[in-house]
Amino acid sequence: MKILVPVKRVVDYNVKVRVKPDGSDVDLANVKMSMNPFDEIAVEQAVRLKEAGVASEVVVVSAGVANCQETLRTAMATGADRGILIQTDGELQPLAVARLLKAVCEKEQPQIVFCGKQAIDDDANQTGQMLAGLLNWPQATFVSKVAVAGDQATVTREIDSGLETVEVRLPAVLTADLRLNEPRYATLPNIMKAKKKPLETLTPAALGVDVTARLKTLKVAEPAKRTAGIKVADAADLVLKLKTEAKVI
Amino acid sequence: MSEYYAPLRDMQFVLKELAGLDAVAQLPGCEEATPDLVDAVLEEAARFALEVLSPLNYPGDQEGATWHDKAVTMPAGFKEAYKLFVESGWAALASEPEWGGQGLPKVVAAAVGEMWKAANHAFSLCPLLTTGAIEALVLSGSEELKKTYLEKMVSGEWTGTMNLTEPNAGSDLAAVRTRAEPQPDGSYKIYGQKIFITYGDHDMVENIVHLVLARTPNAPEGVKGISLFVVPKFLVNADGSLGARNDAWCVSIEHKLGIHASPTAIMAFGDHSGAIGHLVGEENRGLEYMFIMMNAARFGVGLEGVAVCERAYQRARDYARERIQCTDIGVRGGPKVPIIAHPDVRRMLMTMKAYAEATRALAYVVAAAHDAAMRHPDEGERKANQAFVDLMIPVVKGWSTETGVMVASLGVQVHGGMGYVEETGAAQHLRDAQISTIYEGTTGIQANDLIGRKIARESGSTLKVVIEAMRALDADLAQQAGGHFVAIRNRLRTGVDALAAAGGWLVATYGSDVRAAAAGAVPFLKLLGTVAGGWLMARAALAAQARIAAGDSDPFFVAKIGTARFYADHILSQAPGLASTVTDGAEGVMALPEDMF
Repeated sequence: MKILVPVKRVVDYNVKVRVKPDGSDVDLANVKMSMNPFDEIAVEQAVRLKEAGVASEVVVVSAGVANCQETLRTAMATGADRGILIQTDGELQPLAVARLLKAVCEKEQPQIVFCGKQAIDDDANQTGQMLAGLLNWPQATFVSKVAVAGDQATVTREIDSGLETVEVRLPAVLTADLRLNEPRYATLPNIMKAKKKPLETLTPAALGVDVTARLKTLKVAEPAKRTAGIKVADAADLVLKLKTEAKVI
Repeated sequence: MSEYYAPLRDMQFVLKELAGLDAVAQLPGCEEATPDLVDAVLEEAARFALEVLSPLNYPGDQEGATWHDKAVTMPAGFKEAYKLFVESGWAALASEPEWGGQGLPKVVAAAVGEMWKAANHAFSLCPLLTTGAIEALVLSGSEELKKTYLEKMVSGEWTGTMNLTEPNAGSDLAAVRTRAEPQPDGSYKIYGQKIFITYGDHDMVENIVHLVLARTPNAPEGVKGISLFVVPKFLVNADGSLGARNDAWCVSIEHKLGIHASPTAIMAFGDHSGAIGHLVGEENRGLEYMFIMMNAARFGVGLEGVAVCERAYQRARDYARERIQCTDIGVRGGPKVPIIAHPDVRRMLMTMKAYAEATRALAYVVAAAHDAAMRHPDEGERKANQAFVDLMIPVVKGWSTETGVMVASLGVQVHGGMGYVEETGAAQHLRDAQISTIYEGTTGIQANDLIGRKIARESGSTLKVVIEAMRALDADLAQQAGGHFVAIRNRLRTGVDALAAAGGWLVATYGSDVRAAAAGAVPFLKLLGTVAGGWLMARAALAAQARIAAGDSDPFFVAKIGTARFYADHILSQAPGLASTVTDGAEGVMALPEDMF
């Protein structure tokens, strides 16, 4: 069984992001970039499924600039077998990425596409769902536990009211939540081996996908600065203020 | 408490622009060290340093290694961290592939090693000592010894120690008294006590391989009668499994100023039945073998100086950004500002940053020269690089570690009173830094090695080559626009002139008045470090300027030029003073007879 894991190159979670002075976007110049942490979790789970003998191959795929190769190498250093880069310099929105992934799925025929539940840059939380829709495959999002048997995956999902366990027929799209696993550290020998693993470069045009943006960003702004807090006299005062001033209850 | 973030941007810059990583990757056996691979290695090492080693630094210091019933227990978390360190393959980074190492160049090992040291000095000593023991075995051990020990030591499954010092044999190893008695089966029985044995015992691995200096029965007096022995904690059976417990015991550990998590053992060999040891190489050549690997060990300790500069700087910078105190100087009634706004705090932070970058540049350049000295296909290149390495090792060791203490002290100062209490972590860096100026040869020993073996013995010929390289930069600097480059150029010229004058004086004086030369040895070592640092900061500024001219907007390059400017006016400017101390200072040093003290 083949597992495809899409990985996104995003601003490193340690970086304090800044907005460009013209308010058009987040400033990415000279900022440290890393693999989206939810995608790291998805890679880890795919590798564990391979180590458990469930999967036979883990393929990682990334769409974006040439530097996404580094992200793919990182994934290969933790156990993925090969990488596919869909190289493009323009803005990529979730629908475009889902279409690119659909094209890759048609080519690669994976049984599971294991996405991160969302990327920490735009927090869209859409790509996995859109991909399942485009492929007309079952989907199970926010996965915190997974077991695969035959052409069936039993999946525990983290939902607002607790945990939900569902079964999905494969092929399916799964999206990883935070508590699914703790990704391993890449070992030095594997970092060195990753360099020699195959990495194929494609383009959106070669896949026949139009990646033109459908959404227009009007403005990007910093969150409002937090103001100093106040002391409340008692619980009743707190409830009153939450009701009448903050208007959150 | 702030954690350690490896300065990847500066490390990559120094590797590429100053140490010539591309050229290193051309050397036979270094082909794997391509820039993208090195970046990937550094990134993962940085993550390991940040997430695994750095969080153990403060608690390790507070809890410390403990001793009970002839055995050492490491502070909580160290055993697990070490296991992960070994499993991740970091221990084997630079060792020979023949024994399971990854064979990466020294210059890459230097950058990765700096991270371990900065994240957790006490932890990093265990792999450092093991590496030293591995080198001694690789260079001098018999095939049988290599087969028995090397693979497990290279992987880190077993650790190594260096047993040199005895109560009366510290810097003077000629006084070693530990005995080695030959046995009929070709082994030896070792009797004696060794002190200051770093990681002499601990609970992180199943076996510890001690390398011990001792005398055989009819050995000549002094340094020519010392042999080197392998003495394992557990004897190793022919099939590689562990056998009986050897008579080598940790009878106590020291209570120290710093590196509390690093157990400093007092080792008793042969108190009961005699500790079984095996000779490394030939009898009476032990010290010679030790000195072959001494350069590597001294370089490793020098990196500790680089590391503590960076670590102390990061912590002080983070604090200075958060700590709000006073209004901006010259502003009345304005808002209170973070102390990083105050010029004197800025001066301290710049001093720390400039020293971190300059000591790093020198260390990596020397490491790259070491790679070339080992592997360059051209013999002349190998020799020239080896001469440069030999000259600069005592400087990397002596200057970087003395600088580390000073920078760690500034780190406390930036924190004010909060720096003097332990919770901020600044004090630990100062306590930990001090040892680096002492072990593997004190600063005084380094300076004597520098002026005697490395300069006077060859009439300063390598020093002259280095000075010419420094002077050759002047033409490039003259072509740059702006006040920063004018200052850098002028200070470098003055500094190099001072170095040349003091070097000439040393060569002329060493033969006729060695006491006068020795009195100026440490000031000369600092002078050479200071000027070499200025030279490399100037090269860094030129490289940064070239990138800016090519349209690169990374603020890192602007900062590099500004830091080089600061280094020129605040640090390189000290060179003439140091030079005159070298040439004129001996009178004062020896002015008082011993009984006037």
